[in-house]
Amino acid sequence: MIKVVHYLNQFFGQIGGEEKAHIEPFVKEGFVGPGMALNAAFKGQAQIVATVICGDSYFAENEEKAKNTILEMVKKYEPDLFIAGPAFNAGRYGNACGSICKFVKENLNIPVVTGMYIENPGVDLYKKDLYIISTKDSAAGMRDAIPKMAALALKLVNNQEIGSPEEEGYIERGIRKNYFAEVRGSKRAVDMLVKKIRGEEFKTEFKMPDFDRVAPNPPVVDITKAKIALVTSGGIVPKGNPDKIESSSASKFGKYSIEGVDDLTSETFETAHGGYDPVYANKDADRVLPVDVLRELEREGKIGELHKYYYATVGNGTAVANAKKFGQQIARELIADGVQAVILTST
Amino acid sequence: MVKEIERAGLPVVHMCTIVPISKTVGANRIVPTVAIPHPLGNPSLSHEDEKLLRRKLVEKALKALQTPVEEQTVFE
Repeated sequence: MIKVVHYLNQFFGQIGGEEKAHIEPFVKEGFVGPGMALNAAFKGQAQIVATVICGDSYFAENEEKAKNTILEMVKKYEPDLFIAGPAFNAGRYGNACGSICKFVKENLNIPVVTGMYIENPGVDLYKKDLYIISTKDSAAGMRDAIPKMAALALKLVNNQEIGSPEEEGYIERGIRKNYFAEVRGSKRAVDMLVKKIRGEEFKTEFKMPDFDRVAPNPPVVDITKAKIALVTSGGIVPKGNPDKIESSSASKFGKYSIEGVDDLTSETFETAHGGYDPVYANKDADRVLPVDVLRELEREGKIGELHKYYYATVGNGTAVANAKKFGQQIARELIADGVQAVILTST
Repeated sequence: MVKEIERAGLPVVHMCTIVPISKTVGANRIVPTVAIPHPLGNPSLSHEDEKLLRRKLVEKALKALQTPVEEQTVFE
């Protein structure tokens, strides 16, 4: 029997929500939560012998320690296969799944599989190293993801040939494989060109990597004269969340005045952000948006001026296209207002 | 958002806890922070010490904004 160890976060491990995101890794024998469907999807060929559960914040904040502890836990069961997640669009969870899969693969030399939504930041970090099954952006995609993860995992452990990303359902890893085509290259190229000219859809055989990098801007010359603006994806809003910014998958950002505000307090500001424990930010929002110390620095002449508006959205499962749009719009307004530099804080 | 602000021509420093994610989203000036739910604070400290910690982090961010960089740089 093929032995499998499964990795889950505190939520899917049925321990709790954000208030449990700080729990250290621990082991439960057998399957837990989504492990039940995964175990069934192996159709008797493999069995989940143990499940490691770890809080998302704990993993993110103690990555090296968490990885080593989890490796020891996994090792004890001498598994043939390691599966993490799926993490869907949860950023910290995706990062943890990718990181622990890579670590287990390198140290135990066994196949590993995880699953994520294409926009999960864990995808770009780990897609070159791992097979990541492409999932929907929420747990509603569980039923779709589990059979694909199980099928690919079984193929890997049985040393079967792995098909293309489309066939197996994993996210492209940038690996090129030789094969014998039926039609020679020159004809394929001309066919593609004709399709392109006609405006029809065609599939390139040589994808260019997508390096969307922006070169750094020159530094601020004299910070003591510069107008500095605060922007945050940590969801800090005036108490009551006047624009009703969503706690996840935000569709908008807010622009709020901090003119004359020296300190953010629990009476005046709070966080609209889901997906992290809001207790600390609600008690003192300066912990996310450092208005108090920037005011001090302004008074001491260490910065020219703190811009009278700050901008906020919630960076929790927010679509990349939306974040991009927010960024562009915020930057346009900041430039029009004569801002020279930006501090952006994230939770 | 960081990348679009940079693209528009404003120098920007990203203060965040998960540095690998900041790198993936394309921030060029990165200051690592304390913890996810309180990047610029530490509730286990006294109010004064916590503010001092925050001030040090913000000063680091200001330094980053005044430092010329050629590539993605983490200001530890």
